[in-house]
Amino acid sequence: MKKRIWVFAEYVNCTLDRVALELLTKAKELASGLTGETEVAAVLLGSRIGSTCKTLAEYGAEKIYLAESDELSLYNPMLYAPIIAELVQKEDPDIFLFGATAIGSELGPTVAAQLKTGVAAHCVDMRIDENEHLVASVPSFGGKILGEILCPDTRPQMASVKPGIFVQGEPEEGEAEIIRVDVSGIKADNLPLKALSLEKKEIEGVPLDKAEVVFCGGYGLGCKDCWEKLEKLAAIFGGAAACTRPVVDEGWAPGEHVMVGTSGKSIRPKAYVGFGISGATHHICGMKDSGLVINVNKDEKAAVFEVSDAGAVADLNKVLDQLILKLN
Amino acid sequence: MALKIVVCIKPVPDPDYYDKVSIDPVTKRITREGIPTIINPVDKNGIEAALKLKAQYGGKVTVITMAPPNATENLKEALAMGADEAVLLSDRAFGGADTLATSYTLAKGIEKIGGFDIVFCGTESADGATAQVSSQLGEWLGVPHLWSVFNMEASSEQCLRVKTKAENGFMEWDIKLPCLLGVSRELNKPRFISAMGIIKAKNKPISIWGKSDLDVEDERLGLTGSPTKAGAIFTPDLKRKGEMLTGSAEEIADAIIEKLRAAGVNIPTQGDACSIEGGAQ
Ligand SMILES: Cc1cc2nc3c(=O)[nH]c(=O)nc-3n(C[C@H](O)[C@H](O)[C@H](O)COP(=O)(O)OP(=O)(O)OC[C@H]3O[C@@H](n4cnc5c(N)ncnc54)[C@H](O)[C@@H]3O)c2cc1C
Ligand SMILES: Nc1ncnc2c1ncn2[C@@H]1O[C@H](COP(=O)(O)O)[C@@H](O)[C@H]1O
Repeated sequence: MKKRIWVFAEYVNCTLDRVALELLTKAKELASGLTGETEVAAVLLGSRIGSTCKTLAEYGAEKIYLAESDELSLYNPMLYAPIIAELVQKEDPDIFLFGATAIGSELGPTVAAQLKTGVAAHCVDMRIDENEHLVASVPSFGGKILGEILCPDTRPQMASVKPGIFVQGEPEEGEAEIIRVDVSGIKADNLPLKALSLEKKEIEGVPLDKAEVVFCGGYGLGCKDCWEKLEKLAAIFGGAAACTRPVVDEGWAPGEHVMVGTSGKSIRPKAYVGFGISGATHHICGMKDSGLVINVNKDEKAAVFEVSDAGAVADLNKVLDQLILKLN
Repeated sequence: MALKIVVCIKPVPDPDYYDKVSIDPVTKRITREGIPTIINPVDKNGIEAALKLKAQYGGKVTVITMAPPNATENLKEALAMGADEAVLLSDRAFGGADTLATSYTLAKGIEKIGGFDIVFCGTESADGATAQVSSQLGEWLGVPHLWSVFNMEASSEQCLRVKTKAENGFMEWDIKLPCLLGVSRELNKPRFISAMGIIKAKNKPISIWGKSDLDVEDERLGLTGSPTKAGAIFTPDLKRKGEMLTGSAEEIADAIIEKLRAAGVNIPTQGDACSIEGGAQ
């Protein structure tokens, strides 16, 4: 029988979340590790789908299960989960991958509970072993420990992956067979859970995941003014400013969307320059895949130096001022 | 309306010490000696949310955990915060549970408590951090559930108006009781324990239930009931060469620019506005 690998394609506010493309790229790679016939498919729910199917095909979806209805325009787990679970029961995929976005982190385990199968949460690596099982590496203790998770007996073997963990491949010409899922009968009304609205914030400047250089500030920044200096430096480079959790908690940075780490973003810029960061596992977990890593910290014993290509024991304020002075 | 509220709390090794966690080279097990066990930080936001609702509408707050017997210490802390009663689900048969088996066992415990209007979980536990128990518990309980709740108010007797996180934004919902909410740490600021709280906690009941106290199917419990199985564990090697840049702040700035240049980063030249627009793609 054909081995099927599915990817949930999160489509919100008429935009496809790019994690779906990262997962499709990985799914293709996993498929090549399986013997016999394989098929990579995307599962897409929503309304006004537009050219999304084409995009999914270009990134490796050979088949797309499409549930299109105005009732699905806003995500609702009470509508989405049963549609997906029913589809799984009908088609019996081997592997099913979800992006660990805010929506995927809820939908994945919900679908799994309905199917009574297992999910490896927040994988940082995946492979197929000699028994053709999915082996997923998941972080625990803030990323200090990695553990392998298998789901040997139940299907599908599910896994969630945060955006930015896997690299998105290059698009290629491709066609996908579109299977329309009948959702004509569904109604969002009368459910005990009603989605009222989705508000999107416009992100200022270069988004973290697109920046080739990221300037990251820690609690050592000391104040909001200093964060603004960091943003200025990032703007000079056309890069992005990011931070650790205390910087969000203190209200210096605009919000969690610029926080890097286990409960924030995972980034892999060409270069990462950190200022006043101690190097807690929770943060390092999110930036360890960066190209060049430089850190400035006044404490020569700071753990962050161990995970840096280069470091400087210095007052970050002075170094920031010098960098801005030289380049502005 | 008097509310019956249940809060799921998990004892976890204190995340402030995770840098010190390692794998014993001989036993191949995680060593966490000397690391104190605390209530999973975000679960305190769940307790706080419950206590606030109780203050507003009256009712009862029960905290529940599935954990080894020594978790009574953590339950006492929850009682000292203001919860009314505590339940510890503890049995060898519960051991080795993944999120599906954990949420099943918690659901059975909550069933035995006898009805609820709202169940609170945290978004995720600090140690395992799967962020799955909340949604899966909602499924076992068969009630509507939401995850990553950062704002909540009662919109009517039987309904809450709730906000959850979305990528770069948020969603707004109406959710009818009974329901389950996985709360995030932005929801509120958990209260500190008072001396009075500690004294009052002494007279509050802690029930300890094992397998035989619950109406459970054995094959759904613990390791047996867990579709996921754990394989090898290892510590990622993240060490880099750690070359030190020395000199004055200016010299360090120069060295950083040089390193960035060598790494292929576009270095803006002074007064060159275009490079600001065109730096990164
Ligand atoms: C469940 C959980 C999840 C978490 N998730 C995340 C996450 O996703 N991301 C994250 O970042 N954190 C996360 N954390 C927090 C994390 O554990 C650390 O507390 C945090 O990363 C520390 O941030 P920091 O390095 O900025 O601050 P600190 O640890 O306070 O370090 C500040 C550093 O600045 C240096 N410094 C001070 N002044 C100066 C100066 N003038 N010049 C130079 N250096 C200076 C100091 O020497 C120090 O090393 C999480 C914690 C928990 C419990
Ligand atoms: N063993 C447990 N006992 C009680 N509650 C738990 C347990 N495990 C997880 N939870 C709850 O589920 C939430 C999410 O945990 P997790 O899925 O492990 O990240 C936690 O914040 C707790 O509220």
